[in-house]
Amino acid sequence: MEKHLSDRFYGAMSKLEPRYPNKKALILPALHQAQKEYGWLPKEVLAEVAEYIGVHEAQIREVASFYTMYNLKPVGKTHLKLCTNVACCLRGADDLMEYAEKKLGVKCGETTPDGLFTLSEEECLGACTTAPVMMANDEYVENLDIRALNELIEKVKHER
Amino acid sequence: MSAETQTLFVQHFWNDSNRTLDYYVKRMNGYESAKKVIATMTPDQVIEEVKKANIRGRGGAGFPMGMKWGFIPKNSEKPKYLVCNADESEPGTCKDRQIIRYTPHLLIEGLIIGSYAIGCHHSYVYIRGEYVREAELLNAAIEEAYKNGYLGKNVFGSGFDLDITVHRGAGAYICGEETGLLNSLEGKRGEPRVKPPFPAVSGAFSCPTAVNNVESIANVPHIIRLGGEEFAKLGKIDKSGGTRLISLSGHVNKPGVYEALAGSMTVRQIIEDFGGGVWKGKRLKAVIPGGSSSPVLTADEIDVVYDVEPLMKIGTMMGSAAVMVIDEDTDMVKLLLRITKFYAHESCGQCTPCREGCHWMESILHKILHGEAKPSDIDLLVDVAGNIGGKTLCALGDAAAMPVQSFVKKFRSEFEAYVKGQKSHA
Ligand SMILES: Cc1cc2nc3c(=O)[nH]c(=O)nc-3n(C[C@H](O)[C@H](O)[C@H](O)COP(=O)(O)O)c2cc1C
Ligand code: SF4
Ligand code: FES
Repeated sequence: MEKHLSDRFYGAMSKLEPRYPNKKALILPALHQAQKEYGWLPKEVLAEVAEYIGVHEAQIREVASFYTMYNLKPVGKTHLKLCTNVACCLRGADDLMEYAEKKLGVKCGETTPDGLFTLSEEECLGACTTAPVMMANDEYVENLDIRALNELIEKVKHER
Repeated sequence: MSAETQTLFVQHFWNDSNRTLDYYVKRMNGYESAKKVIATMTPDQVIEEVKKANIRGRGGAGFPMGMKWGFIPKNSEKPKYLVCNADESEPGTCKDRQIIRYTPHLLIEGLIIGSYAIGCHHSYVYIRGEYVREAELLNAAIEEAYKNGYLGKNVFGSGFDLDITVHRGAGAYICGEETGLLNSLEGKRGEPRVKPPFPAVSGAFSCPTAVNNVESIANVPHIIRLGGEEFAKLGKIDKSGGTRLISLSGHVNKPGVYEALAGSMTVRQIIEDFGGGVWKGKRLKAVIPGGSSSPVLTADEIDVVYDVEPLMKIGTMMGSAAVMVIDEDTDMVKLLLRITKFYAHESCGQCTPCREGCHWMESILHKILHGEAKPSDIDLLVDVAGNIGGKTLCALGDAAAMPVQSFVKKFRSEFEAYVKGQKSHA
């Protein structure tokens, strides 16, 4: 089988292996690591993770599909994840979502045609006391307002 | 009581330089409790001390921590596990995040003491996947502890071995439920397990396991330092020792994570003294006192003491101590729809009442909000909720039903206004 995952992936995994009583427990860490390299989890990557763990590909897919953070479809370069749960809602998350949809010209859940942005709605991100909150890829953006959201989007556009 | 013991955590928060081992050792008596425990106490004595401290679990269920540790069988041949729940996913809650960011060594020291007490040699911290930076910070602190001989083989030169591994979740609220968490740790879908067997008998990798919340474990070094009895005395109310970290969010002037001696404040005092009152000079309409699953309180009910039993007495709960404040202009129907949508989205789907019921409630609420419902739909909504509670594998079912029941009971006129066409969704 052609390898898609790098030596870095296998290096990170072999460091983790002794920390678990069996290899199956490495499924979540392996999927995280694979997604870090690939940005999302295409079929061939899932197959390679399955081969590494020693289970059927269908089993990996079944696990991966349970968790919202594993992207089974490609996502934009910057994935904007806006929390719309209670605490954020109470402090204006709906307006922010509306603004983001308008500004990016996509609906929540979609990716812009240039592949720069994916816009998603998130459940509580665990930062409610600094609501409203968004994640831009791995980074939290807290006490978010329309101006900061606009600036962030413009910055990404200029960096392309 | 000295000012120093008024709070145990927050004085160390909000400053990035406080998370180092150096700060922890110099300013917080770092690792002295663990050293003392391993050098001078038996595991049973540790559990006794934790029992004396009257500490209830901080994750939501409020189960006495010492008792939980006491359930771990002593003469089992199998490995034992202490698993730390850092999933922090109950909407409104963000206190564990601050412990990990600012006092990670407190958590590590707590894990050492807890592991020693239950005979664990490999402890896992299950942290929600979104906390990428927090997982990095915690791993850096763990690294520091290994380097200084506080973790690994022969901790403090005592002959006791302990490894700690941080395991990242991947976005699923249900993995906060302890058996869903254990499945997720094992590389499975995070679906809750049938109980019994309870984790104390068969938990992680089918071995005896104690699952404890971050704040619970981070309190253990304090318990040893102060002594169980002194820690218990910090609580101003029976059966609740120590302090509580309160995540205060929503319509207050100063949202934030605050700390109070257990049972020392009312909900009103929390909103006024900590939160600086309701924002924009508005009036209070409601308070969700313990995370989004806890039954809502009206503005007239907030003189209740903020602790497990007083809240239970008035039909709600403290949960994860997440207080969400709601002002007079809030649409309670819309808010309930948002809460219900969350549970519908997060139901793992194993039990029919939860899977079907959550979606059904969501669709009824949607109809009400959009003026498509009949007056009888309000009762139907309450009926559906009544048919979920208590009939499911895990507490998510109840968590979804309680807000619906309490919102309709206490704010029924707002629901009626929609079905009678007196109000329409903007
Ligand atoms: C749906 C659901 C979600 C939960 N989420 C969390 C959570 O995010 N963090 C947590 O510590 N406990 C959570 N719990 C409670 C855990 O099941 C468990 O009681 C807790 O981790 C035990 O720790 P403690 O005794 O120290 O509180 C949740 C429970 C349920 C039913
Ligand atoms: S109550 Fe809901 S979340 Fe819990 S196990 Fe059943 S279906 Fe899953
Ligand atoms: S509700 Fe948005 S971070 Fe908690």
